[in-house]
Amino acid sequence: MEEPQVTETGPEPQPQAQKQELSQAYWSLVWWKFKKNKLAIVGAILIFLFYFVCGLFAEFFSPYLVNYQSDHLESRPQPIVFKTPEGKFTLRPHVYGTVAELDLVQRKRTWTVDKTQIYPISFFVKGQPYKLLGLIPMNIHLFGINAEKYPEATVFLFGTDRLGRDLFSRIIYGGRLSLLLGLIGQALTLVLGMVMGAISGYYGGAVDILVQRLTEFVGAFPDIPLFMALAAAIPVTWSPILVYFMLTLILVFIRWGGLARQVRGLILSLREREYVLAAKSAGASDWRIMSRHLLPGTMSHVIVIATLMIPGMILSETALSWLGLGLRPPLTSWGVLLQEVSAVRVIRFAPWMLIPVPFIILAVLAFNMLGDGLRDAMDPYGGR
Amino acid sequence: MAERIATKSENIILDVKGMKKYFPIQKGLLRQVVGYVKAVDDVSFFLRQGETLGLVGESGCGKTTVSRTIIRLYEPTAGTAYFQTSLFSADGKPEMVNIFDLDKEQMKRIRREVAMIFQDPINSLNPRMSIFDIVSEPMVIHGVSAGPEMEETVVTLLERVGLRKEHIRRYPHEFSGGQRQRIGIARALSMNPKIIFCDEPVSALDVSIQAQTLNLLQDLQADFDLSYVFVAHDLSVVQHISNRVAVMYVGKIAELAYSDALYNDPLHPYTEALMSAVPKPDPKYQSERLIMQGDVADPSNPPPGCYFHPRCRYAVDKCRTETPEFRELKPEHFVACHRAEELKLKGV
Amino acid sequence: MSEPLLEIKDVRVEFEVRDGIIRAVDGVSYTVNRGETIGVIGESGCGKSITAKAAMQMLPKPGKITQGEILYYRRDKFDPSRPTQLVNITKLDPDGELIRQIRGGEFAMIFQEPMSSLTPVYTTGTLISEALFLHRKIPVTVGDQMSQKIMQYRPVTKEEAREISIEMLQKVGIPKPHERVDAYPHQLSGGQRQRVMIAIALSCQPFMLIADEPTTALDVSIEAQILDLMRELQESVDMSIMFITHNLGVVAEMAKEIVVMYMGKQVESAETVSLFYEPKHPYTRALLQAIPKIGRRSGERLASIKGMVPDPFHLPPGCVFHPRCPSFMPGKCDRIVPTWKEAEPGHWVRCLLYEDV
Repeated sequence: MEEPQVTETGPEPQPQAQKQELSQAYWSLVWWKFKKNKLAIVGAILIFLFYFVCGLFAEFFSPYLVNYQSDHLESRPQPIVFKTPEGKFTLRPHVYGTVAELDLVQRKRTWTVDKTQIYPISFFVKGQPYKLLGLIPMNIHLFGINAEKYPEATVFLFGTDRLGRDLFSRIIYGGRLSLLLGLIGQALTLVLGMVMGAISGYYGGAVDILVQRLTEFVGAFPDIPLFMALAAAIPVTWSPILVYFMLTLILVFIRWGGLARQVRGLILSLREREYVLAAKSAGASDWRIMSRHLLPGTMSHVIVIATLMIPGMILSETALSWLGLGLRPPLTSWGVLLQEVSAVRVIRFAPWMLIPVPFIILAVLAFNMLGDGLRDAMDPYGGR
Repeated sequence: MAERIATKSENIILDVKGMKKYFPIQKGLLRQVVGYVKAVDDVSFFLRQGETLGLVGESGCGKTTVSRTIIRLYEPTAGTAYFQTSLFSADGKPEMVNIFDLDKEQMKRIRREVAMIFQDPINSLNPRMSIFDIVSEPMVIHGVSAGPEMEETVVTLLERVGLRKEHIRRYPHEFSGGQRQRIGIARALSMNPKIIFCDEPVSALDVSIQAQTLNLLQDLQADFDLSYVFVAHDLSVVQHISNRVAVMYVGKIAELAYSDALYNDPLHPYTEALMSAVPKPDPKYQSERLIMQGDVADPSNPPPGCYFHPRCRYAVDKCRTETPEFRELKPEHFVACHRAEELKLKGV
Repeated sequence: MSEPLLEIKDVRVEFEVRDGIIRAVDGVSYTVNRGETIGVIGESGCGKSITAKAAMQMLPKPGKITQGEILYYRRDKFDPSRPTQLVNITKLDPDGELIRQIRGGEFAMIFQEPMSSLTPVYTTGTLISEALFLHRKIPVTVGDQMSQKIMQYRPVTKEEAREISIEMLQKVGIPKPHERVDAYPHQLSGGQRQRVMIAIALSCQPFMLIADEPTTALDVSIEAQILDLMRELQESVDMSIMFITHNLGVVAEMAKEIVVMYMGKQVESAETVSLFYEPKHPYTRALLQAIPKIGRRSGERLASIKGMVPDPFHLPPGCVFHPRCPSFMPGKCDRIVPTWKEAEPGHWVRCLLYEDV
């Protein structure tokens, strides 16, 4: 037989260190898996940027105020160039100026790009006054044209609408309402869906039947007619903010059922787990079982579902506003912006008004990428 | 029956009589009840202070339902379960209280004295709670301890079941199956119970860990004067740990006796066949194996007469029509079989 | 001397995961003989199932065979007169044509959980027929040449498949096979499902059946039925069985030879009687003492193995069992890796008690 091998008696292995690492294992494993998913990271960064730029600091990032009407009606987008008025290359971005022309077909003045005028874009420039986060009075914008030096110049990167409002600024502002509606609406849906689902799944019996039938009833309701009826029912005298919250509530009302069903299913399966029986046999109250043992177990699943539901919320707002059933001017949301494109004339003569579309798509994709990444990382369907 | 209990009542801690648990089968949109699964159907037994009663049987025989119904995780359909406790007596003397009559508040108090150990070492501990939270939960629920004192108790419990102090802040997934079962045992001990219902506590464990856990349970029984109701499907494990054994078949107890009597001189054909079916870890063991034909009867639609008759090699006409009575054929040896007197059955 | 069917030689299987490499199987060698049953026992995570899966090239990801060979003495299924071919399974492409023929056709496998191993949307007949279409051929005589018949093989037809399915169901003891052939898995009881699994496995007349804890999920009375059935069928069809289990009772009844595994290594292998009556490795001895035996008076404590199964990332040096071993020899067992030695004729063991060091 062969010689027995002698192993090196090296330093004792350190099971302690490994155990320490395992202590936060679930969340650290989630994070580790999530990090590996590049798309999910991109999604998360995009969503962060969206909410940072649009949600919190829209006024700072946009060169104009949302309802500021310039006299440049339906101005074409002004491209950014990197050259000085003298025609030399520079790292500082400049914009071409615009010039009014008489359009004989439309019989009106239109603004087109004039390549002979070149204006430098200034950063942290003084502009129209606003209140940062609704509190701090400021007039600094991230970029813009130095109005003292070039009073005649404008910076309409995405052009303007029929009333001469800067589309770039309006997209940033519009994102605020659209994205916040997605977030607030989803949060409310989450609360309602979880409460109803948990009650239904935990108590079972008559309560369960009632909630189940209710979700089916709500789910079977045709959305658009319901909206038309509800929109008609909202008094015209209501302030736009109130209308906004009503719209959110309506969307929540229509969408909570799906989540409730999912939570109910999860609770039903968790309810039979032995640790729940153990808590019951120790005398735990219903509330304790629900809050300590059942709902935490559904969290990872619910977070994923909720993330994947936000795009639907945003798209619903867009669709409803576009139909004229949702938000109305003077409020600005992405749906409201698109509503202005509902005429063929606009698409024909001011195609830049479609620029909000890629932003909506990007936001929706970002949420989906994040949601998919979270699902793979948390893997609530199997695995652990 | 009444006399027997009267004479031995001083050390009987739990006395179950005529217990039934039927689960309704619901169908359709309005969930009409179309039938019942008779999970436990007229079961009677008693448990003495400090002893272990084994409940053994194949899947679906209702052995788990028995223990879960006694501690009211399921609401009983019928029967009584008298439990010896001094929680409700004015003078502090122990008295027999029917668990099935207690209201919610009283039941919560009783739960300090009856605990449960579960089968699945993965499912029986909440993965999102630390070991400290898990073991201390009963104390928190009953508000008996708090702060550093509670932490000390938890550490003592963990050390008693063979775990270490530093495990207290960890989570269940960091432990092996055997360790998790120890955590479950520590949790069951935390309220200083009188009875522990052990629901298949070792069936999910590896052989070497199984032996450790059984030894631990025996040590704890001796130390704390615990009474166990030990539910399992493994006949050899049940024989090892139990003083008395009840064999269940489709919701009924077929035979109940001291384990030596039951294993050496079984009186019920099901007991005989079950023991013969167990694979023996001895390659030289020669014995004619009695193979039970067919499957376990369906508890929602059991056969008439004795439920075991379709698989019984000794069945006669009477067995097909009449339900056998559960009777004390020899002292402390109960059996439900028409032919128990005449049959000469083989033990192991 | 019996004729070998499958020789596993010094096989190592590794899993590369986030925290490092797990050596699930390390230097395992054993031989499955034709028509015999070999029992592989060990606790969960000891690598017994992984070894069997390696023999089928069915390792779960990211498992890899990194050492050793698995030799299969392949006879032609339809023409036994042809010479035996030697196939090294470790060299085969896991998705290749040959391994797919072997898998199912020549080696069949049954698992612990019969419910999840049967596709719920197909009837038992369809499930069996599927295997038949893949692996079974019907001989046809195409002509006579002197005394020799010239045979050809054609695939089974649908009608034949149904007939064979019914026949197989009858063979495995399913009552009313003519009706049950159209039943779906959920309409069968646990024992019947395991019978159907066996029917599927045996329908293609494999040379070897790998049974991975086939009775663990079943009740004792059903377990006895299934074990009986397997023994009966083995006698009638001359097939090898690799029986993987943790249950010492089951393996004592079924196997002619036994391999004991611990932490990916085989620690002992011998004929069944010799292993049960003269266990050599302290682990085997401890296992045998740790099980409560039916019929033996209770009361006394069980001999338990102290400690726990070690963490696979931090295996102890020397003999992997030394921290739990009652015969631990300080300075030896924790430093020297024991080798696989024949302590007595036919009785192999990996322990320093049987080595001069």
